[in-house]
Amino acid sequence: MSTFEPNLVGFLCNWCSYAGADLAGVSRIQYPTNLRIIKVMCSGRIEPGMVLELLEAGADGVMVTGCHIGDCHYTSGNLHTMRKFALLQKLLAKTGLEPQRIKLEWNSAAEGQRFANLVREFTDQIRVIGPNPIKAPNPEQRILLNIRAAKEAADGFRLRALVGKEEKLATEGNVYGEKVAQDEFNEVMEQAVETEFQIHRIQLMLRERPRSVKEIAKNLGLNTRLVLNYMVALRQRGWVDIKDAVEGTPLYAAQ
Amino acid sequence: MSDLRIGVFVCCCGINISAYVDVPAVIEYAKTLPGVVYAEEDIYACSNDGLTKIKKAIKKHKLNRVVVAGCTPRTHESLFQEALEEAGVNKYLFEMANIRDQCSWVHMKEPKKATEKAKDLIRMAAAKTMLLEPGDEPEIEIKQSTLVIGGGVSGVCAAISLADQGFNVIIVEKEPQLGGKMRNFDSLFPHRQKVSEMLESLLQKIQTNPRIQVMTGGKIKSVSGFLGNFTIDVETRTGTESLNVGTIIVAVGADILKPKGLYLYGEDKRVITQSELEEILRAGSVDANRIVMIQCVGSRSAERPYCSRICCNEAVKNAINLTQQDKEVYILYRDLQAYGITYSRLEQEAKQNGVRFLKYQQEKPPKVTAETDGLRINLYSPTVNQDVEVKADLLVLSTPLIPVTDARELSQMLKVPLDSNGFFREAHVKLRPIDFATDGIYVCGTAHSPKDVGESVAQALGVASRAAIQMAKKRVRIAAIMSEVDQTKCSGCGICIDVCAYNAIRKNEKGLAETIAAACKGCGVCGATCPEKAITMHHFTDEQIEAQGLAALMEE
Repeated sequence: MSTFEPNLVGFLCNWCSYAGADLAGVSRIQYPTNLRIIKVMCSGRIEPGMVLELLEAGADGVMVTGCHIGDCHYTSGNLHTMRKFALLQKLLAKTGLEPQRIKLEWNSAAEGQRFANLVREFTDQIRVIGPNPIKAPNPEQRILLNIRAAKEAADGFRLRALVGKEEKLATEGNVYGEKVAQDEFNEVMEQAVETEFQIHRIQLMLRERPRSVKEIAKNLGLNTRLVLNYMVALRQRGWVDIKDAVEGTPLYAAQ
Repeated sequence: MSDLRIGVFVCCCGINISAYVDVPAVIEYAKTLPGVVYAEEDIYACSNDGLTKIKKAIKKHKLNRVVVAGCTPRTHESLFQEALEEAGVNKYLFEMANIRDQCSWVHMKEPKKATEKAKDLIRMAAAKTMLLEPGDEPEIEIKQSTLVIGGGVSGVCAAISLADQGFNVIIVEKEPQLGGKMRNFDSLFPHRQKVSEMLESLLQKIQTNPRIQVMTGGKIKSVSGFLGNFTIDVETRTGTESLNVGTIIVAVGADILKPKGLYLYGEDKRVITQSELEEILRAGSVDANRIVMIQCVGSRSAERPYCSRICCNEAVKNAINLTQQDKEVYILYRDLQAYGITYSRLEQEAKQNGVRFLKYQQEKPPKVTAETDGLRINLYSPTVNQDVEVKADLLVLSTPLIPVTDARELSQMLKVPLDSNGFFREAHVKLRPIDFATDGIYVCGTAHSPKDVGESVAQALGVASRAAIQMAKKRVRIAAIMSEVDQTKCSGCGICIDVCAYNAIRKNEKGLAETIAAACKGCGVCGATCPEKAITMHHFTDEQIEAQGLAALMEE
């Protein structure tokens, strides 16, 4: 058996899951010591960027738990959690980190045993996957860049606004009153996640030093035409600009 | 506040923590944390002595932030916050590290790892504490009135008590008349007093009290607001009425299980429930000579694991009443729950009157066969280790109280929890047995769990007192855990308004978002959603949550 002890962080809502964790204690149900619990009032408070920041800081796994659907203390808070977690999963998939490093579960105040089981299962699951590769002595630069880009994308206006509008788009429709089906929304979201992720990767690279489109394309394994498109978008947002030109090739730099 | 002076108080909770966590080591570690200027051990931090020690230490060491490492903030945070206020420190400059319920009690076999975890939890709490800001709690007026949902014996008694104390009460009862399930009953154990006598005098008090308004045939449609100012829409036969009250009491009672498919119930007219027997007894006498009762029908099973508490005593009481009409009575039971002083006496009385008690086993339940001249009941008696046959003219099934059908709907409207059986769940089984975790809402009677009339009335008087305590204060401070919109960052997109479940955010005259403090419940969904990150969720800010998370990952 390996001696790897995962560092896990859990975000628990005050009303159901934190109370469930307390009940495990009151009932003296034993579980592994790896999880560090952070109490928030509602799981809907947790932003994808917060979870990605912890993964960047070396957390081996992050768990979010809330009240069961329909039982949310704040009526609909956990529905927002669900939507935000779906975005988090999409972003994490881009980074190259294992999808099993994050977990969303519902746990009621009456489910002490279930909470203990969840911690045990999650700890075991992360033991199998192994340590977060970011903690390696020489971590792969690509993963580091990816996770930072994912975090910045998660914190950016576009993805946050999309997730915030998801419910209304489905129930009341867009400004023209057209309701957006779940499949359709997922497609839009998927596209937005890809664009924002790539744009933030490029921006992060340009923050290090000015680079040409060709160099970035090679580094990120993207075709130059695509990178040029992203560069146009970045310039429109005022995030990058041409700084210099070497032998007729423009060099871009972050603003 | 440039000079941070954090005090860390590590509670042993008797030996609940110190038996598994090396408290002195934890204290030495806490002293090394940034901002921490003082750390000490307490046997019971929540005791009078413990609180006094904390208050003294705050003054002596000029502490301006406090961490208590001990039990759970869900039960003890407010107690320590009061101590802080008394020592002149704002209550929002406080954080608890849960090293008992979420550490020592769940890692009892791993004291070394539990100690490490306790250190981590304190480091996380201290990291958040450094970023805490004092909170100002807005004060709001408390309406001097109570809504009682349910007009059974619990609701009626709570209403009378509150009205006697000078508060206005509105009872909303879904049935056309007050009285609840008690109406069906003949007499009450242990003294076999007639229900009609007791109920009539109670209803008389309701009718003559000018402070009590009754709405029968009413159904709760929606609930909004908070302690001091709840708004409830009630649908009645004549339309929807909007009520405005300061407190709410849940006294919706319970239903009685109809045991369809069990022991020929619903197939043979000679098989009835205990409550149906009561109705017959209330009307007169029973047309049967030998009566057999079966206990635990539909309860203490995989589907319904709980004991319904009242059925044994109800059966014994009815059996005694029947023996007085010269009937022969058998009670088939699994474990007779004749608890306490009065009920064990009742059991003795039944035995003296010739009621026969026969034990059966759950895995070998009695078998009932319908015959033309009666019912044949076969069972295995573990007491005599043989099969027994009893003939009966009437079979009475003791079925449990079950949650009312609209319990879930109501719990969602009130935002209060149900337990795994579907009954309303109190805030704390020992310390807050009739409160909900939500301020200003209380529970009594069989809405909470099966109980007898005496117990229900005791709870009813209890909730009347709990509600009166809040209303007597006239004003209440509401938690400063609320969101605030930074108007310089807000773009006016309105997404926060869409996601808020409480209509607690509105657009101001400039078209920018602003929080309505009194309506905000502090969930933080708006803060997590705002595309511009313009919303600060006080006491759970991005920075505070992230600091806790990063502290969790730091090596010691």
